[in-house]
Amino acid sequence: MSRGGASHPLVELTMARLREIFREPEALFWAFIFPILMSVAMAVAFPSSDSAPVPVGVRQGEGAEALRASLAASKSVAPRIVAAGEEEAALRDGDVDLVVVPGTPPTYRYDPGRAESRAARLVLDDALKRAGGRADPWTAVEQHVTVPGSRYVDWLIPGLVGMGIIATSVWGIAFSIVQARMRKLLKRMVASPMRKSHYLLAQVLARLLFLLPEVAVPLLFGRYVIGMPLRGSLVALTVVSLVGALSCGAIGLLAASRTKTFEAVSGLVNLILLPMWIASGVFFSASRFPDALQPFVQALPLTALVDALRAVVLEGATLPAVAGELAILAFWGIVPFVIALKVFRWR
Amino acid sequence: MPETAFHCDRLVKRYGELVAVDHLSLSVQRGECFGLLGPNGAGKTTTIEILEGLLVPDEGSVEVLGLRWATHEHELRQRLGIQLQETQLADKLTVEETLRLFRSFYHRGREVAELLQLVELESKRGSWVSKLSGGQKQRLSVACALAGAPDLLFLDEPTTGLDPQSRRQLWGILDRFRAGGGTILLTTHYMDEAEVLCDRVAIVDKGKVIALDTPKALIASLGEPKVITHHGTLEDVFMSLTGRLLREE
Repeated sequence: MSRGGASHPLVELTMARLREIFREPEALFWAFIFPILMSVAMAVAFPSSDSAPVPVGVRQGEGAEALRASLAASKSVAPRIVAAGEEEAALRDGDVDLVVVPGTPPTYRYDPGRAESRAARLVLDDALKRAGGRADPWTAVEQHVTVPGSRYVDWLIPGLVGMGIIATSVWGIAFSIVQARMRKLLKRMVASPMRKSHYLLAQVLARLLFLLPEVAVPLLFGRYVIGMPLRGSLVALTVVSLVGALSCGAIGLLAASRTKTFEAVSGLVNLILLPMWIASGVFFSASRFPDALQPFVQALPLTALVDALRAVVLEGATLPAVAGELAILAFWGIVPFVIALKVFRWR
Repeated sequence: MPETAFHCDRLVKRYGELVAVDHLSLSVQRGECFGLLGPNGAGKTTTIEILEGLLVPDEGSVEVLGLRWATHEHELRQRLGIQLQETQLADKLTVEETLRLFRSFYHRGREVAELLQLVELESKRGSWVSKLSGGQKQRLSVACALAGAPDLLFLDEPTTGLDPQSRRQLWGILDRFRAGGGTILLTTHYMDEAEVLCDRVAIVDKGKVIALDTPKALIASLGEPKVITHHGTLEDVFMSLTGRLLREE
């Protein structure tokens, strides 16, 4: 069949969409630069050496400087002088985990509800008593064991990857379709013999090609810069990412199926995504929600995606082990897609 | 014996209370250039979009190239060239990429390079659509409609908002299409455009055809020009039929 120098319509449509993405600096930022920035921020905020000294405040006053100097000699505490008026703020903001008031005996001011403050109390107490000449009955033998994958940052990175997959899928597909509708381009396309399925498929294909850097960049950064374990097989990782991107793409398609303005589609997409940022366990474990809410939380597509990614990346889970999550994702792919095809407006 | 390019019979399209198209019938022969003339809101766009298979009429029947939309949509789409009012092509694709995209939908037609030549956009082939002038964008839009070597070309206000030079350039393209045996249906509210391009013109007002003839015959039907220094135009025809100006604001 002659196409006068053009390729198959599906190829041309996919290329056209990819060209549009690559010629849009903002889209490139979100897909390539943002994951790197996010990973760098995580690396800075959660350095891999976990023996950082405990930040402790010493209340300004008589004997404060001497106490600070003796604490500074201990490697386990990072003391600083805090004015009485700034104490509350320093504790609240986490600048110091505990404030010590010089005296005989000294006073420890801290919030026992905070794990960091309880740990700081133990470290400080030990350092002060040693400096005061305490004789230890014995010294325990210490074995330092670092279990890869047990740090917060290791746990967070697969969550961020999942969040990136859903965000780009829903935003990318929904926005490009609404834009084409607003420009009457969608109507012009269906006035031609283009197959509608080719148009929708091209949106998804272009999005999937974009998936590679989006997943690879933060994971490789986590592996080689932060020291996060990367235990799962490439096949399992690819399948989970693809299924996740496809089902989120279907949600994007549904969001765009009738929407006529950017304002409407922004509102709709935010309504879909923002609750999942909180509920799906990207930043803190979804298991913190009460039991009554768990069925809803676990049924969310982002929860399934993030759980599957963590299982594959951190535990080396195989595909059968994440079959439950994949099934939830497949449900979120198929149902919105079928509805979207039924209600989609080409005008 | 001339073949019919399309005909429609007693089309009705309502939007709530408003009757946009009111029992409108047309029949256009192959090789003809036919103009739908009328003010904004007369029902021209609704009529042409029904013929293009983009709207379904509430009543009446349509036959295009001897086929019906309900049964032969794909074949019809392959054989028609359509240019819509207000389509904005993708800003960040080049002229050539846009044409390649549209060309890929058709089973037959010219090479992309030939299409560029036909609409005099070879020098702009690598430019983004957003960098084109209004006239260049419109020529590209017509080139997309011509990508499948159509038998029948539908143009909805192809020269609205263009400067005189760009309009004449576009008329030249349409002349060449007709010289190759093509049929054109266009809507316009420019009298001179209808007079220059069209073999026959239907004057449409409030969803009805109020006059249909060659531009010359329509002007002649005015009888004696009311003002001696002024040759009759289609504008005068419309005024004498409706008592209103064609492009009243």
